[in-house]
Amino acid sequence: MATTASPARTIFRRPASTTGLWGWLTTADHKKIGIMYGYTAFVFFLLGGIEALLLRVQLAVPENTFLSAAEYNAMFTMHGTTMIFLFVMPASAAFFNYLLPLMIGARDVAYPRMNAVSFWIFLFGGLFLYSSFFFGTTDAPIGGNLAEEVGRLGSLPNGGWFGYAPNSGARFSTGTVMDYWAIGLQILGVASLISAINFIVTIFNMRAKGMTMLRMPVFVWMTFVVAFLLLFSLPIIAVALFMITFDRQFGTLFFDATAGGDPILWQHFFWLFGHPEVYILILPAMGIVSEVLPTFSRKPLFGYPAVVFAGAAIGFMGFGVWAHHMFSSGVTPITQAAFGLSTMAIAIPTGIKIFNWLGTIWGGRIKLNTPMLFAIGFVAMFVIGGLSGVTHSIVPADWQQTDTYYIVAHFHYVLFGGAIFGLFSGMYYWFPKLTGRMYNERLGKLHFWVFFVGFNLTFGPMHWLGLNGMVRRTWVYAEEAGLGPWNMAVTVGAFIIALGVLIFMFNWSWSRRRGPVAGMDPWDARTLEWTIPSPSPEHNFGVAPVVTALDDFWAKKYDSDHEGRAVRRSSADAMIAEMEQTGLNPPAPIHLPAPSYYPILVGAGIPFVGYGIIYHTSPFGIPLIVIGMLVIVGSFIGWGVEPLEEVHDDHDDDHDELPPSADGRAGESNADGTVETDGDEEDA
Amino acid sequence: MHQAERSPEHSRRPKGSRRKLVRSALLLAIATTLSACATGGPLDSLDPRGPIAEDIDWLFKLTLYIAIAIFVLVQGAILVAAVLYRDRPGRKEPKQTHGNAKLEVVWTVIPVLILAAIAVPTVQRVFKYTDCSADALNVELIGHQWWFEYRYDDFDIDTANVLAIPTNTEVCLRMTSEDVLHNYWIPKLNGKRYLVPGQETILQLIADEPGEYWGHCGEFCGLSHALMRARVMAYEPADFEAWVAEQQAPPVEPGSGSLEAAGLEIFLANQCAACHNIDEVNPLDAGIGPDLTHFASRNTFAGAILELDEPGALESWLANPPAIKPGSFMPNLNLSQDEIDALSAYLRSLE
Repeated sequence: MATTASPARTIFRRPASTTGLWGWLTTADHKKIGIMYGYTAFVFFLLGGIEALLLRVQLAVPENTFLSAAEYNAMFTMHGTTMIFLFVMPASAAFFNYLLPLMIGARDVAYPRMNAVSFWIFLFGGLFLYSSFFFGTTDAPIGGNLAEEVGRLGSLPNGGWFGYAPNSGARFSTGTVMDYWAIGLQILGVASLISAINFIVTIFNMRAKGMTMLRMPVFVWMTFVVAFLLLFSLPIIAVALFMITFDRQFGTLFFDATAGGDPILWQHFFWLFGHPEVYILILPAMGIVSEVLPTFSRKPLFGYPAVVFAGAAIGFMGFGVWAHHMFSSGVTPITQAAFGLSTMAIAIPTGIKIFNWLGTIWGGRIKLNTPMLFAIGFVAMFVIGGLSGVTHSIVPADWQQTDTYYIVAHFHYVLFGGAIFGLFSGMYYWFPKLTGRMYNERLGKLHFWVFFVGFNLTFGPMHWLGLNGMVRRTWVYAEEAGLGPWNMAVTVGAFIIALGVLIFMFNWSWSRRRGPVAGMDPWDARTLEWTIPSPSPEHNFGVAPVVTALDDFWAKKYDSDHEGRAVRRSSADAMIAEMEQTGLNPPAPIHLPAPSYYPILVGAGIPFVGYGIIYHTSPFGIPLIVIGMLVIVGSFIGWGVEPLEEVHDDHDDDHDELPPSADGRAGESNADGTVETDGDEEDA
Repeated sequence: MHQAERSPEHSRRPKGSRRKLVRSALLLAIATTLSACATGGPLDSLDPRGPIAEDIDWLFKLTLYIAIAIFVLVQGAILVAAVLYRDRPGRKEPKQTHGNAKLEVVWTVIPVLILAAIAVPTVQRVFKYTDCSADALNVELIGHQWWFEYRYDDFDIDTANVLAIPTNTEVCLRMTSEDVLHNYWIPKLNGKRYLVPGQETILQLIADEPGEYWGHCGEFCGLSHALMRARVMAYEPADFEAWVAEQQAPPVEPGSGSLEAAGLEIFLANQCAACHNIDEVNPLDAGIGPDLTHFASRNTFAGAILELDEPGALESWLANPPAIKPGSFMPNLNLSQDEIDALSAYLRSLE
């Protein structure tokens, strides 16, 4: 701001460019950050998918030798770690980032630079974890022998995504790969924790005028619940990861039974985080589906309050079911009974959601576009995952099922048939808002059906493979066990899924350039993000929206007749045209969060500390930690003193330049009296 | 309304063929599922052979049938809704229903009742299979990377890989682990239970019929988790007593000058004796690897992955154990072919 000149500005300049590579690296725009989250997550999805295909080739026939045991263990560890921490979580974060401000009528999140920092920490954390491929070392447990060298593929973390102690401890996991895992997850946790706080503050404070909590779209509600789950569960895994890192690096003995430690303690920590984590993965998809089903049924969500409260209930109860991962670990019968019952209980809010979704499409005018196919597919597949989940709460049955492919089948029905189908539904649904163009519907539907067939062929047979005795994490299986034919079918299914991903990638990259222009509201949708032009302009809303109802946009477009049927208001078309004009040409100048160099620097400093901890006994260790800390602390200082905005020498594109408002800070008073702030001041 | 919407493709295919397609797909799915569940393989948990496993199977199937009924209802409703309410030319805008309190109460209460009903037998069984009875046959079970060790303290027997039990007798496994977590699972006799270092866990086994029952370590326990298997041999009580007597007998002594005697020399001269005990032969009382006193009385070895009667199996194991079991604590001793032949002849004589 030209008038708030400070001496510091000459040293600490803010980046001026909002386009090109620098524009991306320094952005604080929630939409750009969302897009970066999305593409990064998708790259990790491809990596996790390739790992899955390698696993499936190895298991296609009994006693296969395609992968070595070391490679197989690394692949299943990284498949799980990648899909959970580097794909589903950040892909959900992509949706939160891009959509949350649009759906609540805000210009950005509460802390735009913190938002950028969480993305960069996530990216560098993911790269750090995968750098184990180049730098990690591993060998047999102390005293054991290997007949051949562990290849590069085997030099990825290999203790399972659950990292059970003491197998993940220093004696049994020699070398550095599990250090990469523990510290990598620690870094990723920081990223998620920061964004959780950001989303909570944003939802509390930055909703459009008139948007009460119970007028928020269900997707926003689910974001809200997920943010609290992250906030409360991540510290638990952070503590556990510190403990295992200390066990490995500094000789503590938290989980070493020979010194009085307790390996089962790790499991309590891990699953006390890990079960809420399951809901962190599935609730965003439930939110997406709760937006898609009403839009394509042209009906409101059935029982909105019930769906919202069921989501919140799942979040609460998600903290009280963790020991169902441990029914066979020798915990007391009281524990087993209690957690069996709590696990049964969590099926009730889940069932409420499913029945309400059914109620939503029942009696609607259903348009089976690709997002709707994926959303219905989500409900159908999630029902299967939910029902098999109930069989786990039958504790004695779980004694048979746990650690078998039956469990693998169950959680892939929940997390692939559930979370990933939901995410794809969302990708197609909001594609026009993101790109301004339509995807190819024919290819989209083809993608769905290929996915649907491939998914069920892959994960359906795993149910009976598990019941027929196939244990998990098994590099080979005996021919005599009779598991060969169905394993071959599963492998074929996995490649069909891969084909579906290729169709999606082609559709996406072709349509975003050449698809037909979509217009502002291609689905005749219900929520605020469809009241602005497509692709969404940088400032989101030309004029801050005022909300008067749940599904406000629909309520503005449609009235109901004496039978309760929707009737389009005669004024709707004119209103939409005006909205588009306002969105493209805001009547008043709008202040937006300025870009900053520092978020990416904070992120880039963190891996140095990680490497320093792993190699602390070498001469490089301490210097690496010092360099990393200097970069991080220096960046935060720079962050603190950087000016609110860079001065533009030429005033050509000064639409974001504003006279200072009454309080002397950047912010715009609207006609309705709300102050729009970029929020950037508060987080300094 | 939109470009993407206008294609008349939903009216292209006649209604009947779609129904037929759905029906035949459903039939096919049911048929494959039913046939798939009945492989009857050696690890099949759906083919229980003892009262505990049968009891669990009963409870699981009860739940499964309820789940299948709910599955059919819900998926049927989804299909009906998607077909019945699909947008067609001339269809009116839907009524804007926001919910129905009565209906929502009903579909909350019904699952509560179903779950409450299943909870009763579940909790009963949790407490029923917690502890062994006082007259059970106790066997101490110790997990190692990657094999199971069995100690019969009542009979002073220490053996590995194959667990011998009498039929129709409650066997109480008192389990712990020497290194990482393991998980003992004989699917046809009971569910699994962890072996935890520093703790004792308990698992009951009862077999109805004599025979061979296969098992596997359930928990990921490092490099060769896939090669940590288990086998249970159930004998009629009289045969079990014979087995006990056989195990308590001293090991077979090789005739002097025989190939077996040469094998015994190799056993003592190399590192074998540092890890493996053979009663009255090995003065070291070594207990790191399996006890070999009656090695040849067991039909499987190396963590129950190799069959003793399979030609060449024992020889290739002795030649290079880590090549067969990655990470193996038994090293490659670089024995010559002659040494391997002698050693294997000796081990095969240890009935």
